[in-house]
Amino acid sequence: MTVAPQRPVAPSPFGTAHTRVEGRDKVTGAARYGGDIPFAGLAHGMFVLSTVARGRIVSLDTAPVLAMPGVLAVLHHGNAPRLTSDYVGMMGVRPDPTAVVFQHDRVPHAGWPVALVVAETPEQARAAADALAVTYEEEPHDVTLSADRPDAYAAEGHMPGVTEKGDLEAELAASAHVVDEEYTTPEEHHAMMEPHVATAWWDGGRLDLVDSDQGVTWVADELTRMFSLDPSAVRVRSEHVGGGFGSKGVRPPQVAAAMAAAEVGRPVRVTLTRRQMFSVTGYRSPTVQRVRLGAGPDGRLRALEHTSLSQTSTVFEFVEPSAGVARTMYDAPAHRTENSVVRLDVPSPTWMRAPGEAPGSFALECAFDELAERSGIDPIELRLRNDPKTGPVSGLPFATRNVAACFREGARRFGWDARDPRPGVRRDGRWLIGTGTAAASFFAGALPSTAAVTAEADGTFTVRISASDIGTGARTALTLIAADALHVPAKRVRVHIGDSDFGPAGIAGGSMGTRSWGWAVAAAAGELRERLVPGGELPPEGITVRSDTTQAIAALAAKERHSWGAQFAEVAVDVTTGEVRVRRMLGVFAAGRIVNPLTARNQLVGGMIWGISMALHEEAVRDAASGALYGGDLAGYHVATHADVPADIDAVWVDDHDPEDPVNIKGIGEVGIVGAAAAVANAVWHATGVRHRGLPIRPDRVLRAGGPHA
Amino acid sequence: MREFDYRRADDVAGAVALLDADPDARYLGGGTNLVDLMKNGVETPTRLVDVRSLPLDGIETGEDGAVRIGATVTNSDLAAHPLIRDRYPALTQAVLAGASGQLRNMATVGGNLLQRTRCGYFTDLSRPCNKREPGSGCSALEGEHHNHAVLGASEHCVAVHPSDMGVALTAFDAVVSWRTADGAGEAPLTDFYLPVGDTPHRETVLPPGALITHVTLPPAHVAARSRYRKVRERASYAFAIGSVAAALDVSDGVVRDARLALGAVASRPWRARLAERVLVGAPATAEYFAAAADAELAAARPLPHNGYKVTLLRNLVVAVLTELAEETSR
Amino acid sequence: MTPPTSSSTVTLNVNGEKHSLTVDHRTTLLDALRDRLDLTGTKKGCDHGQCGACTVLVDGRRTVSCLQLAVASEDREITTVEGVAEGDRLHPVQQAFLDLDGYQCGFCTPGQICSAVAVIEEHAAGWPSAVTADVRTEAGPPPLTTEEIKERMSGNLCRCAAYGQMAEAVARAAAEASTDTAVTEGTAA
Repeated sequence: MTVAPQRPVAPSPFGTAHTRVEGRDKVTGAARYGGDIPFAGLAHGMFVLSTVARGRIVSLDTAPVLAMPGVLAVLHHGNAPRLTSDYVGMMGVRPDPTAVVFQHDRVPHAGWPVALVVAETPEQARAAADALAVTYEEEPHDVTLSADRPDAYAAEGHMPGVTEKGDLEAELAASAHVVDEEYTTPEEHHAMMEPHVATAWWDGGRLDLVDSDQGVTWVADELTRMFSLDPSAVRVRSEHVGGGFGSKGVRPPQVAAAMAAAEVGRPVRVTLTRRQMFSVTGYRSPTVQRVRLGAGPDGRLRALEHTSLSQTSTVFEFVEPSAGVARTMYDAPAHRTENSVVRLDVPSPTWMRAPGEAPGSFALECAFDELAERSGIDPIELRLRNDPKTGPVSGLPFATRNVAACFREGARRFGWDARDPRPGVRRDGRWLIGTGTAAASFFAGALPSTAAVTAEADGTFTVRISASDIGTGARTALTLIAADALHVPAKRVRVHIGDSDFGPAGIAGGSMGTRSWGWAVAAAAGELRERLVPGGELPPEGITVRSDTTQAIAALAAKERHSWGAQFAEVAVDVTTGEVRVRRMLGVFAAGRIVNPLTARNQLVGGMIWGISMALHEEAVRDAASGALYGGDLAGYHVATHADVPADIDAVWVDDHDPEDPVNIKGIGEVGIVGAAAAVANAVWHATGVRHRGLPIRPDRVLRAGGPHA
Repeated sequence: MREFDYRRADDVAGAVALLDADPDARYLGGGTNLVDLMKNGVETPTRLVDVRSLPLDGIETGEDGAVRIGATVTNSDLAAHPLIRDRYPALTQAVLAGASGQLRNMATVGGNLLQRTRCGYFTDLSRPCNKREPGSGCSALEGEHHNHAVLGASEHCVAVHPSDMGVALTAFDAVVSWRTADGAGEAPLTDFYLPVGDTPHRETVLPPGALITHVTLPPAHVAARSRYRKVRERASYAFAIGSVAAALDVSDGVVRDARLALGAVASRPWRARLAERVLVGAPATAEYFAAAADAELAAARPLPHNGYKVTLLRNLVVAVLTELAEETSR
Repeated sequence: MTPPTSSSTVTLNVNGEKHSLTVDHRTTLLDALRDRLDLTGTKKGCDHGQCGACTVLVDGRRTVSCLQLAVASEDREITTVEGVAEGDRLHPVQQAFLDLDGYQCGFCTPGQICSAVAVIEEHAAGWPSAVTADVRTEAGPPPLTTEEIKERMSGNLCRCAAYGQMAEAVARAAAEASTDTAVTEGTAA
């Protein structure tokens, strides 16, 4: 029996830099990720993926493979257990059939999982998977997205497919300045450094799974339904996660590992190869977007139309809602947005960092830059003149709307006022120099979560929550949030995450993680503090308080809730070689209360670098003949390296406070990428006088486009 | 990956004997390309003969002033060597422009010359590729080829050689020497790679079982003023889409000597002799540099999506030669 | 000649400890470290030398362990991220990564740290890089600018893109390693 802490003893830890609580483990290699945990008797599974883009599996010649050294089993549609896929999961969607492996003989895209070879060692599994002969009845395939697809249709994803008001054609006709352009973005991949991995074993009727995911509750819920288990019979753990960016939900490894572990009666680990990741873990669809803007002589919008076409697979409807960004950012008397999709013989796309907003802001914010050019109005001034007072589509009030504050602070820091608006007139040696800007926003939502906070008998506190730290610093942020609510120093708080046995919680996604979990942790910790009697005694097991934010979230007033930002970039372009380098970049954000400036700045800048990477490097090339990716690996798919990032890059923030919001914390995982590619592309125009409306702005495209003095 | 036997060779004769006994065996140098290709199933050797311990890791000058580079010298050691940095700076620059610090520590000179193309169809077993599977067809012709060859290719293969080092070595008249069980041989690097023709799977003049022992750089005064420029799709750690190794000797405004080679344009590092002929004796001006580039690139036969390389290489040649000319006249 | 075999017994010298292992010839040094010696700090990001996550030091030189066969690693001194610190005292590179938040998810971090340790040594040895303006010896060793650090570290991808923080961390650790080393800000492009 010990004495409960006196209070208040500690000031709020918010707003000062805190190194990561798991930092030492990460720099010494002690942190164990999904594929790092040793198991006795571990067997290894390796997928075999289809080499055709459409057709049917005629036969799998398993006998020679089963005779190979160390091979324990070959799972495929002919022998795998039947799973349930007719349900709507906690994310509000049906499962992507890509993850519900081996249920039929159809092949809907190249790289579809057709078998899993299980062997004693990874080398044996890989050799056997390579050796498995599969014959297909191949059918003609179609993998080409284009603007004029007659089979495209408007589709809802997490938002309406179409919104419209006013007479678009009449307002455009009456506009003094009109922009009507098409913008394209390519297929992009998450390419997180840690491959998807899952290790499963069955203990009696209970499925235990260690994986790398963005939400143990989410994965456990899906596996529970697929395998028709009782929720208490599934435990999913994911302590350290090597990046997710939207891709680490339920994927083939978890499902196949669970199947294989049942088949061979021992733990089975399934790890995707880097190339396999490029076909079975989702991606951001390419988009073809059209933006039409009409403005009066003063630059005020009379008409705005933003349409976006993306692709999805034949087995799953996923909509990349790129036109959604216009529903938040700008209003006009005539306003129309449409997200449509076309079904192709391609893998299913999925959420990828700022789904919708990332490609959508490229089109919309470049179009705004073009409107600024045509109207002779400064790009920032143009945006300030078109800053709406209420949600353009919803009509709801904004909880906060700090786009203008971000632009003003950014303009001051970046030196925007001294900018010469003329394109193609600045030179530094072989480089043409230009600057560009763009606005950013991302929805600030919350998902119901539960948390438990325990006052331990030794005076410390333990937080348990099924949260996930995919690199966001969530574990550290939750430590600080608990310490703040408990009024104790952070070093007295321990946070355990990544275990579905801790109870349901939201995912690390949609910039909702820290807001959702922080809410639950603060609620439980706050109540616990109330319950602790100063000087009172604690029982040996301590005192635990649990929270559940379901009702609090449902009780939130209807408002437009978003984080905001303004992006600034300076680029250098050599039009004789096509090389583009970002020289300097600044992001100014309004994203609620910043819990830990050290990790927040890192994450926001990381998002901005994603914008650089998207603007200049990233493009997955789909081969029309095979339907598969050309060069689908980290040598073929270029992400930004150290050398692509300027020394002068920073993120700062301005106040962003909603007095009615109970937590005032927003996720910052996505707003950093929004508008970043547009800022770079607008800077390339300012440098060269040439508009690049297709990404990435690769050297060959710069060379073809030419420029002044080329 | 298929199972294989592994042997470590202690001397050159032993290494050659071990390979000669087995046509499906391969020498293992740094392994940066071979192990990669084995993982992809492109290479399926029955035996690896590890040559990293052979005494071929020296860089020496001969009495004639030539620099002899052992085949197992790593890229890093080559780039950092004072002889190379001072006498052939473009070679140091070329090596440092390739791959990453880790890969340069592993990769060897011999292996660099024998590395295979990074064409994405070559490394994808499910796609036709004449280089990997003779007679199966070339997927790049009608497919993705924006980084494929514009010079010296054929309708059977349009892959490019990925080496940066090789471009500089080609410019500096390097000679490749090898040993076989029967004896020794050598060839200038410009003759080392075979024309593509209808046999893209046959890449070099090396006899079966031959082990590259060293690469010799003849003395070249002009090489001391040389430069390598590489353009790629990100700032580092990517293969070239175009590169130039150049050396220039200018006096009184006239080009006295020149060396020029182009990278990422052909199945081999491309020595630009037609351009050199235009350059030598010509005024050292951008106009003549462009004329030289045009003379070389007149033979370019671009595909629908790689025509930009002709512009890129022309601009690169002019830019690099201009920089060198300015340096010389300083 | 002895008959062909598909496995061999090798002695791996890892972080100062010798381990005798029978390895399948196909086993990479990376897999041997992770699966056989339980040294899981070294990560597999791509398995093809395209990301740098598996970087270890072999005889003091940074190496991608995914392309290094275990059987070919006998008699080499191998240092992994687990062997970089001196007991409980973190290596200056590790400490700088921790203090300056030179990571996010942390998966590429062991490779980045091993690479950074070597970068500092390579620079101290006078090695030029692809962004060194003049590689001739008479030009002297290049100052370790941010631009130099970024180029030298580029073989280690970080998808979270904690690149700025890592460059700061490498600069700080390099400055600690040698007071002679001038650390100055460079400019891109």
